[in-house]
Amino acid sequence: MAMRPIATTRAMTGIPTGRLAVWWVIASEIVIFGGLLGSYIMHRLVNPQWANYAIHTNTWAGAFNTLVLLTSSLSAVLAHHAATHGDGKKAARYLWFTMAGGGIFIVVKAFEWTHEIQLGYTITANAFWAFYYTAAGLHALHVIAGVVIMGIISVDCLKNQELHRVELIGNYWHFVDLVWIFLFPLLYIAK
Amino acid sequence: MAESVPAESAHAHDHHDHHEQSFASKYLFSTDHKIIAMQYMFTGLAMGLIGAFFAYAFRMQLAFPGMDVPFWGQVSAAEYNALVTNHGTIMIFWVAMPVLIAAFGNYLIPLMVGCDDMVFPRLNRLSYQIFLLSAIVLIASFFVEGGAFGGAWTAYPPLSAKAEYSLTPLGSSIWVVAVALEFVAFLLGGINFVTTAMNSRAEGMGMYDIPVVIWMIVIASILFMASVGPLVAGAVMLLFDQTIGTNFFDPDRGGDPVLWQHLFWFFGHPEVYVVLLPAMGITADIMAVFARKKLFAYKTILYTTFATGVLSFMVWAHHQFVAGIDPRMAHVFTITTLLISIPIAELCFVYIATLYKGSITLTTPMLWALAFLFEFLIGGVTGIFLGASGADIYFHDTYFVLAHFHYTFFPIAIIGTYAGITYWFPKMFGRMMNDTLGKIHFWGTIIPFNCIFIPLFFLGMGGQHRRIYNYENFPELAGQGMQDLRVFATVALLVMLAFQVVFVINFIVSLRSGKKAENNPWRANTLEWQTPSPPPHGNFGSEMPKVYRGPYEYSTPGREEDFWPQNAPS
Amino acid sequence: MIEQYLPALSTYAGDIDGVITLIAVLTGFWYVLCNIVFFGFIFRYRAKSGASEYITGEEKELKRWVTIPHLLVLVCDLFIIYGAVRVWVDVKQTLPEQPYATVRVVGQQWAWSFVHPGADGKLDTADDIKTVDDLHIVKDKPYIYELVARDVLHNFSVPVFRLKQDAIPGRVIKGWFTATDTGVYDIQCAEICGIGHGVMGARIHITTEEQHAAWIAENTPANLATAPAAPPERKPLAATALAAR
Repeated sequence: MAMRPIATTRAMTGIPTGRLAVWWVIASEIVIFGGLLGSYIMHRLVNPQWANYAIHTNTWAGAFNTLVLLTSSLSAVLAHHAATHGDGKKAARYLWFTMAGGGIFIVVKAFEWTHEIQLGYTITANAFWAFYYTAAGLHALHVIAGVVIMGIISVDCLKNQELHRVELIGNYWHFVDLVWIFLFPLLYIAK
Repeated sequence: MAESVPAESAHAHDHHDHHEQSFASKYLFSTDHKIIAMQYMFTGLAMGLIGAFFAYAFRMQLAFPGMDVPFWGQVSAAEYNALVTNHGTIMIFWVAMPVLIAAFGNYLIPLMVGCDDMVFPRLNRLSYQIFLLSAIVLIASFFVEGGAFGGAWTAYPPLSAKAEYSLTPLGSSIWVVAVALEFVAFLLGGINFVTTAMNSRAEGMGMYDIPVVIWMIVIASILFMASVGPLVAGAVMLLFDQTIGTNFFDPDRGGDPVLWQHLFWFFGHPEVYVVLLPAMGITADIMAVFARKKLFAYKTILYTTFATGVLSFMVWAHHQFVAGIDPRMAHVFTITTLLISIPIAELCFVYIATLYKGSITLTTPMLWALAFLFEFLIGGVTGIFLGASGADIYFHDTYFVLAHFHYTFFPIAIIGTYAGITYWFPKMFGRMMNDTLGKIHFWGTIIPFNCIFIPLFFLGMGGQHRRIYNYENFPELAGQGMQDLRVFATVALLVMLAFQVVFVINFIVSLRSGKKAENNPWRANTLEWQTPSPPPHGNFGSEMPKVYRGPYEYSTPGREEDFWPQNAPS
Repeated sequence: MIEQYLPALSTYAGDIDGVITLIAVLTGFWYVLCNIVFFGFIFRYRAKSGASEYITGEEKELKRWVTIPHLLVLVCDLFIIYGAVRVWVDVKQTLPEQPYATVRVVGQQWAWSFVHPGADGKLDTADDIKTVDDLHIVKDKPYIYELVARDVLHNFSVPVFRLKQDAIPGRVIKGWFTATDTGVYDIQCAEICGIGHGVMGARIHITTEEQHAAWIAENTPANLATAPAAPPERKPLAATALAAR
């Protein structure tokens, strides 16, 4: 890390640069999901018949996944806590727990989708299903990306390096969680 | 902050101890912000050449329908659409954005806030690489079966969504992918611009000591970030509609084509300010230096810029007055659109006031800066016609619109760029540009520019609508008088393009044998001029600058010199 | 202002031209004023005329030279908003209560087709007259148009009426016009709609009531050996355009 420029070490605002950057990423993601969900909501409002499509989504699977994600967010908080106390090994273990949560989420999602596709509710069926798969799919990509990045960070954690990154990935993970909190009622519950 | 100070000198040493680098690692894969800035600038200028060539090809077709255009050949209807579409796309996304925001932002932010690089140098390099990839992808669309996308840069579905309508099955998808990649590049770049300006300023540089150009680039990056998201989502939706047959925009199966227009213009209007602000910032800095004057009401400039930024999110539907939206919405958007003329008028007044009791030297960069103001004013006042719903019923989609936004985008993308290049050339390359050639190029660009677009205002008033490859099909537009105007505009374009050769010659000759530039040839205050030209790797040598005052302390009473560098201890 | 270039032939064309003139006068005033000051400063304060003065722009007596014009611009904006909104309400938000007739305007790649009511004055009856690229209307009579699109977006634009309206697939958009003089004028498609956008023009025939009655009599399907054909297939154009690549 000898190449790290002076610029990176400064913190004129008092906020570490890495945290600022993650906030920037989250803010730009919020407007992306915001645009997608905003479009979806506008359509729902003028198309009440979409409720008839929504009944084919599996609310229980969605609820279970919500629980899984919330739990994994909790372990991300615990990982951050461990990291601030300099305990890299403990932080890594909590990160793995979070990763497992992300993994379960994806597996449940895969079963859900398989079932729906078999019933003929594919992405091209109509605009509701197009939104359903696009929004949930985009979210799932974020889950996968989070799991991968967490894996990389946990390796550093084991060596007690770059522990501040645990907080950063935690913030990102909370955001991914939050998006799901919006997706779940909009796609599953509103029937 | 306290903990980072002792670290700086230690870092500075091992940092500048670099070894001789190979060409590839120095120029192609460098993480140095100055090199990345140059990569962005030259890529942007090269794309500008392509965009200009497209303009040449379709203007020739308009002036002399059916002719064999030299270097292109016959322009078919499909090709005409592809040319105008990609001319617009390229000029905005691949010229204005990379040159004004990415090139000047990358070059100037670390230098002007007094640090050695961007906070995330590798991310910066990645941003450029994605941008380059996006440019290659876009160009590739011209060589696929069916040809490049021709559904206008606004890409309204269903035309853009279905190959059976657009007849460019591959071209439209490649276009969407290229644009989406470009957005990703600039979202990544924006992280650097904003965090560097927020966090890595030199010791002592408060919020109000930041040069206006940096403020403007940062605000532009934030505007971009806040507005582009919905269109990124829209791009994914459009791509799915094109490739896997979803129906987001298909009215027959629950979709809505007008949704795209909202997503597009919610981004598209702030985008105007995204490219406008850096150009206004460049102009502000140049005007202060060459009028030897403090900027008139620095804080007012900042506040009006913020106001413009906020308002720019509330005006998008003025592009859609007659697009089938609820007609009552037009009132809201007429009001917000005319309100945005308030901060912009304020900016123009303040800029003009900066000249008051100054000591003006008309160097080439100053000429460009003043021309920016002059031409942009025309763009601004003609915009009022289009923002007023009642008048827009007639002007919508005519050449009046086209002339209007070229009077905004040309000053931004071309005049702003030339102003910036001629002003910072000595810093970038360590040599002075030739002023005589610079002035020849200036007049050879400005006069033909007005000759191109003033006739187009009249064509627009005469009812000439846009994106038509041959007006002979419309009896009212086929008259000799109108054709003469078209020929005149095309000839003016040829003259303007010819004069760009002067710039290229000036650039190359100055680069090789121009007069050596001193550190501070313009006697300016900002930090980039207080270091060698060109700045070394790490920008400021072993000691990072400290800042004692604002950037515009020119002609301060009681001082012998008429400038007062930001880092000069009192 | 616009009438120098193109006749104004609808009842609201003059109003729209009026808004344009209003804006031209108001913005023109500010434009000229700005330029006088701008070039005046450049000329007056050239470098040789002496050193520059230290002004921050926060001085009250100077700042008001910016603030007061600024408020005046706001006042001008209010006039423009009033003018624009008034015209807009008339053109886009009202429909004539007793229209003379309703015509259906259909945009498709790349032609306009029109459905005129026949002698019974009603649409969707057996004596409707369908035409391609020719719209026939009567002078001085309020018409309602129903605008639909079959494939992509189009824009029904009649420059002499100062009228523009997008046609959107899946929707029926209504509007109105009253022509004020006879003649034959252009109809454009003012929204890019594909390769043939450049040939998607039509003509509007404004006639007197007697001429129109004669036209109806001549074209009523029952009187003709063959009914007018369905909108023509213009796909060959696309094919040739593609082949040219």
